[in-house]
Amino acid sequence: MSANHSHSATSTQKAPASMTLTLKVWRQSGPHSEGRFEEYKVDGIVPDMSFLEMMDVLNQKLIKAGIEQVSFDHDCREGICGTCLMVINGSAHGPDRGVTTCQLHMRRFQDGDTIVIEPARAKAFPIIKDLSINRSAFDRITASGGFISVSTGNAPDANSILISKTAADLAMDAAACIGCGACVASCKNASAMLFTSAKVSHFALLPQGQPERTDRVLGMVKQMDIEGFGNCTNTGACEAACPKEITLENIARMNREYLRAMLVTRKS
Amino acid sequence: MLHFLRSSVGKKFIMGLSGLGLSGFVFAHMTGNLLVFKGAEAYNMYGHFMTHNPAYPLISWSLVLMMLVHAFLGILLTKENHSARPSAYAVQASPAKSVTTASKTMIFSGSILLVFIITHLATFKYGNHYDVEYGGQTVRDLHRLMVEAFQNPAFVVWYVVALIVMGVHLRHGVSSIFQSLGFNHPRYTPTIKWIGIVYAIVVAAGFISQPIYVYLVHQG
Ligand code: HEM
Ligand code: FES
Repeated sequence: MSANHSHSATSTQKAPASMTLTLKVWRQSGPHSEGRFEEYKVDGIVPDMSFLEMMDVLNQKLIKAGIEQVSFDHDCREGICGTCLMVINGSAHGPDRGVTTCQLHMRRFQDGDTIVIEPARAKAFPIIKDLSINRSAFDRITASGGFISVSTGNAPDANSILISKTAADLAMDAAACIGCGACVASCKNASAMLFTSAKVSHFALLPQGQPERTDRVLGMVKQMDIEGFGNCTNTGACEAACPKEITLENIARMNREYLRAMLVTRKS
Repeated sequence: MLHFLRSSVGKKFIMGLSGLGLSGFVFAHMTGNLLVFKGAEAYNMYGHFMTHNPAYPLISWSLVLMMLVHAFLGILLTKENHSARPSAYAVQASPAKSVTTASKTMIFSGSILLVFIITHLATFKYGNHYDVEYGGQTVRDLHRLMVEAFQNPAFVVWYVVALIVMGVHLRHGVSSIFQSLGFNHPRYTPTIKWIGIVYAIVVAAGFISQPIYVYLVHQG
């Protein structure tokens, strides 16, 4: 790159404006303690930062000030693992559709903004600390049927099981669920129907899912109810909040699957 | 069967079925009552026919049953839903992630409807019994009772408000039936949503036209 070129580029490019933000963050020291909002100011936030990087800046500042850092969950930071769920200004994963918190960028906010950051709130997702929540209820739902049985031994020939393109696509759409819990967080009833229906649909649509088809939906719905999630009232808040854009069509499919299973099951 | 009724999916299913029956009924009730525009005799003879035919006991008792089940389950589901979200968020969701007010307030609109339905039955079904004779046949003069009731402007206003609330309940309810009963298809669901809105407007407007007409035209 010529010196000339880089000179003209920097002279026309504006340096990214750095923002100062007021954060109202939910602080709660443990599952059974009282929580409250604390207000913090952060500066030096650049638009290219992700929301989690902004949280890192906040925590660095807190550490320097001798204040305990804000606990929040994160892992992949690229929209795959689903752990980073938090409720930003009242919306699970922030204001935009189809992204996780870690994929949300600070350019979505403006200098001087106040951002309210809360954990997902649901009886079935107890708060561990601050913004970290316990989503093991999802694991127990999955363990109640969200799997298929496979034979050990040699691998079968590739493509030996026939699947229609439509079924494969729909199953893939359902399988996109990363189990983040945004559906529960955004639903006014804290219902887990979108999550559970994504798992039920994913396997019900595939030939490999057929052997457990009946028991799966019965077991998963039963566990979902035991965990204390609310009932779906078809508001569609989950669909709007889902970073993977899982649709309500899956819940309708689960309702059908459940009715069918109830009619055909031989178990009492 | 009991497992089904206790499950979240099963309760929704019953909610959808009872909602379907009630929605069908309000449409039929609204269209039949449009006979008020034709005159007292047509209106009263229609009322007589509706209450004096072999299907009447079956239909009226199933409506009572559907109403009780629907209201009971609606209240039960709402209680369960409140306990699933014990603490509220401090802020409302962003526009891109918010949903219709009608869908968030079903228990509110439903509760007003419950009060409305009880007072409505008390005023008309169990109200004053007048008789009128048409060609030697004595039938109940519901038309006279109705004209009397709607002389009171406050009563007309209460009806208009309650019927708008019914429209709001149906605006979410009608399309929601399909989802609860397991039908959602990208080819049909957008149309179903529109039909639900049109249905709600037609039922509410059709009903509302009647007390207003009676109030304006039949001055006592
Ligand atoms: C004329 C009377 C009524 C009609 C036509 C009606 C119709 C409906 C319909 C079609 C639904 C949608 C069902 C579904 O989502 O599958 C519904 C839902 C609901 N109704 Fe009603 N309803 C009536 C009265 C009431 C009353 C009296 C109450 C309560 C006290 C009530 C409470 C509810 C609630 C809470 C829901 C949402 C439940 C859910 O989605 O799980 N409704 N109604
Ligand atoms: S941190 Fe993995 S999805 Fe956000």
